Amino acid sequence: MAFITLPEGLPGIRGPMAFRPETAKHLNELAEVLLRSDNSLTRGERELIATYVSSLNDCFFCQNAHGGLAQHYLQCDMAYIDQVKADFYSTNLSPKLKALLAIAGSVQAGGKHVTGEQIETARNLGATDLEIHDTVLIAAAFCMFNRYVDGLGTWAPQDRNIYVERAKWRADEGYVNFDLYR
Amino acid sequence: MPHIALSEGLAGIRGLLAFRPEMTNPLRGFMEILMRGDNSLTKGERELIATYVSHLNDCFFCQSSHGATAEYYLQCDIGFIERVKTNYESAEISEKLKALLAIAESVQRGGKHVTDEQVQKARELGATDYEIHDTVLIAAAFCMFNRYVDGLDTWAPDDLEFYRKGVKERAEGGYTNYDPYR
Repeated sequence: MAFITLPEGLPGIRGPMAFRPETAKHLNELAEVLLRSDNSLTRGERELIATYVSSLNDCFFCQNAHGGLAQHYLQCDMAYIDQVKADFYSTNLSPKLKALLAIAGSVQAGGKHVTGEQIETARNLGATDLEIHDTVLIAAAFCMFNRYVDGLGTWAPQDRNIYVERAKWRADEGYVNFDLYR
Repeated sequence: MPHIALSEGLAGIRGLLAFRPEMTNPLRGFMEILMRGDNSLTKGERELIATYVSHLNDCFFCQSSHGATAEYYLQCDIGFIERVKTNYESAEISEKLKALLAIAESVQRGGKHVTDEQVQKARELGATDYEIHDTVLIAAAFCMFNRYVDGLDTWAPDDLEFYRKGVKERAEGGYTNYDPYR
């Protein structure tokens, strides 16, 4: 049971967002700009960074909600998402995205864990300043979202296919128009 | 030197918002509601939670700038802020705020570290669901901001007077009017 009385029937972040719509509005605007707006990183790549960080933070709801979205955008299967989470170096992701995931992993451990070498590697593989910036901010933002979801003890459906099925709608409606009750 | 090319002379998060203005509006709107919106937690108490979490994350810029804002609202000196950061149990703050700081400390380590006992204790000392929610979200948000600022290795002046300069104008102008160039 959640630590505070949340509207019933809403899993994960949807409960706290319905409880406090004033902050939810801006959080969803942030997610929209960060994960969906024009960017040289694709939506699938950005959702993958979010999924990876949520997995490192052991947040079941976020890693599955965003894993479902990544799977939808990348047109891959769940095993591929799991492989990225477990050992992204062993996947066929681009070397640039691997270098960005390494940066995201350091951000999750703490801002000061990012090294000059990691940045240099990403840059040599073609990452722009904007891509490095957005990777750091996506990773940092999920260190917030994950803590928000788990720090209030919210519940999450255990059937992972539910998240995959929902991902198509979620991809269509985006974050700003996200209907918490649907 | 920051990991990406930022405008010179803009410290901490300012350089980042100047680099990526699309993020400014959602982040400003979010901060305004969270830190300054109508709330039974005073602005000073909320800035103190932000300062404490930024201290735990070892983010010099955030703990100094929000510490200066807390100092302004609470009309206290830096000694008091330092006491809260290093041993809030010994500080002259309410027992309720101490219980909320304990929750914030757990959130900083990870969402799953928050315990029923901590929430129960805060509730017995008068904390409402809103206050518990906002404490968790403030703590989570600073786990984002701190990582954003340090993950890109932004510059932060050592002199605490830098953070006090203009704090009255910034505190009264609010986050909505936050200008990274000022």
